[in-house]
Amino acid sequence: MKYYAAWKEAKALQWKAKVEITLKRAVLDPQGIAVKNSLKALGYEEVDQVRVGKYIELTLEASGRKEAASRVEEMSRRLLSNPVIEDYSYTLQEAGL
Amino acid sequence: MRFGVIVFPGSNCDLDAYYLVRDVLRQPVEYIYYNEASIGHCDVIILPGGFTYGDYLRSGAIARFSPVMKAVADFADRGGAVLGICNGFQVLTEAGLLPGALYRNDHLQFRCEQVFVRVENNSLPFTRSASLGKVLEMPVAHGDGNYYAPPEMLYVMEKNNQIVFRYTDREGNVTSAANPNGSIDNIAGVCNRKGNVVGIMPHPERAGEKILGSKHGLIIFKSIINYLQSREVV
Repeated sequence: MKYYAAWKEAKALQWKAKVEITLKRAVLDPQGIAVKNSLKALGYEEVDQVRVGKYIELTLEASGRKEAASRVEEMSRRLLSNPVIEDYSYTLQEAGL
Repeated sequence: MRFGVIVFPGSNCDLDAYYLVRDVLRQPVEYIYYNEASIGHCDVIILPGGFTYGDYLRSGAIARFSPVMKAVADFADRGGAVLGICNGFQVLTEAGLLPGALYRNDHLQFRCEQVFVRVENNSLPFTRSASLGKVLEMPVAHGDGNYYAPPEMLYVMEKNNQIVFRYTDREGNVTSAANPNGSIDNIAGVCNRKGNVVGIMPHPERAGEKILGSKHGLIIFKSIINYLQSREVV
């Protein structure tokens, strides 16, 4: 039982972050336009806007959700996105259990 | 006077810059590696073109955290002359040493061709030998050269005279046809507030000899040599 509790505790330290990075609305998205034109060419006339972004998945250790969020926030700001042209958002879930 | 050329993993114009300084301009030059903690006794630092770290994530995004960049930032802070060419320009914007950002060309193509840029500010260490409005011919070779800065940032840059080069036609007219990548306001090069850090998307180091089609890039290097020599006399 002791071992189970220790295992469970260790597992609870594992978090999975899913980070989405998109170009800011004001920034022209050349890839989005190319994909949109291609979709139209395939007959998907109903398509209005296409924005291409990045998706980054990472796991990290943190003592709780708050700590995990603050670390992911910092990573997104410093490296994963460029705040001049991009916005980011993320979700966090407990990994493992 | 000593030039330093930073070598990141994936730099590929480091040799071009080194060659131009050593063999064309006959000035002392050395390589400084990305993992060094110091830039030694260099008076000018060049961040060359290339594809640092494979351009993964964003061009320049990973290189900007190289150990040597701390020394480059300190040097720039003290007023040292720093020139970022192409990927070097991208590294400087990612590092926050220059305003704005460079991202995917609007037509999504990699462009490798001769272009013309107009000197918009000739009061800088890197442009002082050029006349204002001088049109320079040099090559571009990039896929992520689309310069962007939000309107409020552009306003401040314009006010501080931080736009150094604009893409123009041969006669010096700013046209959309002369813009090779979709850059906002045809911006090809910018500087920081103090004017000692300059980034330029085209390659002046590849326009230094007649055999290469143009010698116009030399004026940028001659400007900085002239600047440093005038300082040495004082």
